[in-house]
Amino acid sequence: MTLTADLEAGILAAADPARAPIVQLSNVVKTYKAGSQDVPAVKGISLDIRSQTFTMIVGPSGSGKTTLLNLIGCIDTPTSGTITIRGQNVAKLNDNAISDFRAQHVGFIFQNFSLIPVLSAWENIEYPLMLLGMPAAERRERATSMLEEVGLADQRRHRPNQLSGGQKQRVAIARALVKGPDFVLADEPTANLDSKTGAGIINLMRRMQEQYSTTFIFSTHDDHLMSHADETFSICDGLLVGNVSGGR
Amino acid sequence: MLTLTIALRNIYRNTRRSLTTLATIALGAAAVSLFGAFITYIEYGVQTGAIQQTGHLQVFRTGYFDFGAASPAAWGMENYQAVLRLIKEDPEMKSLSTVVTPIQSLVGIVGSSENNTSKTFFGTGFVPSERDRMKQWNEYGTGSQGLKQSGLRDGDLLGGISGVGLVRILGLCRQLNLDECPTAPTVSGVGDAPARPPSVDLGELTKRDRPVGNAAQRDSEPTVDLLAATAGGAPNVVGLQITGVELQSAKELDDNYIGMNIGLAQNLVYGRGDHKATGIIVQLKRTEDMPRARARLSNLFKEHGLDLEVRDFTQLNPQYTQIIGLFGSIFSFISVIIGIVVVFTVSNAMSMSVVERTGEIGTMRAMGVRRKGIRHQFLVEGSLLGLIGATCGVVIAYIAAFGVNHSLLTWTPPGRVAPVPLILYMTGAYTLIALTWFGLAVISSLASMIPANRAGRMTVVDALRHV
Repeated sequence: MTLTADLEAGILAAADPARAPIVQLSNVVKTYKAGSQDVPAVKGISLDIRSQTFTMIVGPSGSGKTTLLNLIGCIDTPTSGTITIRGQNVAKLNDNAISDFRAQHVGFIFQNFSLIPVLSAWENIEYPLMLLGMPAAERRERATSMLEEVGLADQRRHRPNQLSGGQKQRVAIARALVKGPDFVLADEPTANLDSKTGAGIINLMRRMQEQYSTTFIFSTHDDHLMSHADETFSICDGLLVGNVSGGR
Repeated sequence: MLTLTIALRNIYRNTRRSLTTLATIALGAAAVSLFGAFITYIEYGVQTGAIQQTGHLQVFRTGYFDFGAASPAAWGMENYQAVLRLIKEDPEMKSLSTVVTPIQSLVGIVGSSENNTSKTFFGTGFVPSERDRMKQWNEYGTGSQGLKQSGLRDGDLLGGISGVGLVRILGLCRQLNLDECPTAPTVSGVGDAPARPPSVDLGELTKRDRPVGNAAQRDSEPTVDLLAATAGGAPNVVGLQITGVELQSAKELDDNYIGMNIGLAQNLVYGRGDHKATGIIVQLKRTEDMPRARARLSNLFKEHGLDLEVRDFTQLNPQYTQIIGLFGSIFSFISVIIGIVVVFTVSNAMSMSVVERTGEIGTMRAMGVRRKGIRHQFLVEGSLLGLIGATCGVVIAYIAAFGVNHSLLTWTPPGRVAPVPLILYMTGAYTLIALTWFGLAVISSLASMIPANRAGRMTVVDALRHV
């Protein structure tokens, strides 16, 4: 990230927050070791993701979508290239700082829901707020409100194993959004759901994104979902092969 | 708080594994606590037995303890009455002690003219009432340790007690109506030979000095004659009526022991000369005061220019230290074994938990939990297992101890002669039980460290990928 780019981003953000890039990838490469061989998963992708957008990363299985989301979500580090989030080069942060960064700015929704099994739906939503050291009263209020938003007020005491797949994903969405993150990453959030439930989840995500004016970045291999997105990045074999803006 | 909640719920969630782990820790804690209670009882019991017999401290002429046993007469304390008064009247010693009493040791030959038998003996002269009072010492509530009252009176200079072995050798079992005291068989080459009269007729000698009135009263009790060398080297003989027998803890002692009034012992050792005493026994109210009392006695003797030494009961009863050391070693060995078992059990349980919850670890890390937080989560879980298991173990130990203590079981402790109730002395082992509880909790925490560190080191992506 150059000084000029920083300035440009700053000017853009000041002029129109919705157009300012919240995530900027510059020539990002990620290579995994498989025995003695290097296996490239992302091969020099550069892209900007604008703030307060519903952004989709689409591509076939094995195209590098999850790797790209992991890099954007700061749970993996690039082999080369820079990732700038909110104007900050995250590669310069140490492990504790990057953990704190994730706790404050990034929400995650996983394909397999990944709720903490021993906590109730309500407690799962409260958990990220505890990591932020939020006072108990505010935590309770926020978690309860978010649970109502996703329509699970009656299931607040239910453990994940007492919820259906769709309900679990709703809890996961509430958990990702409850702390008011800068962006939410959803890795194939509908992959483990039937089409009707999946559609409901996409609609919920879209509604929440608009309601909370946040940024959603989600991956899918389902081209039909492109119509829901503000912007779509198509990747194939670790390369960016297409970028469509204004899907809606 | 949420860390604790998650830990507790995970323990509850993996019920079977947690129960197995908790059972191992609990049984380990119970075993260590019960054995600790048992050896505490042994320690207190052996200590009580030793202190009832020898007191906490004994005062001797300097050098007697190391060199004087063979000739107690030569090492007598000349001014022992003054030393007794000095100790008894010292305000500090008065507040610390229960009994301060002289003793006279002696060695010689005991003979039964009636049975034409004789044998060497070693004896102790004591003040019977004070000796009996010493046997009441019971600081730890472990009881009499099988010791009986002597049955002697302070003014009685004729009676005495003997080891069972000695009366058996002297052929006096029948006269004393002793059970399990066999008559000596005829030994080839010994019984065939014509009885040779002793070179000195001890019975005849003692009859000359025996008070006539007392002898008439005690015709039913066998009389033996004691021959010893006086301090001046001359032989002296007194008669002794055996009024009771006491089984001694070691055969050598049992075959040689005679206890008597100190006046009689002094008559035998010092004749008509100045009566001395071999030592002065000081029995304290509490064992913990022993160092203070010992220091006070040493200062007293120094202040008054007395050439006396003070020995404590661990020196007078070396078997005490050996027994405590032996049981201490066994306890340490068992504790280490149980500690190792607990380490492996907890470590294994936590390792399985880490593997099973790898995905969860990835989720928590993705949400912003630091490596330290993950480590902490598993450490808390391991520690909780230890705390719950150790607490259950201590409760089990108390229940088991209650059962044993009310089952009227008896046993004969090392160094004792009579069976005593078997007691698991939980009340005396508070510190040990607390240490066991705390130790197992710490061991469980330490055992969780390796799996916890492994959990903390996981990369987020690898953890999330784990199926």
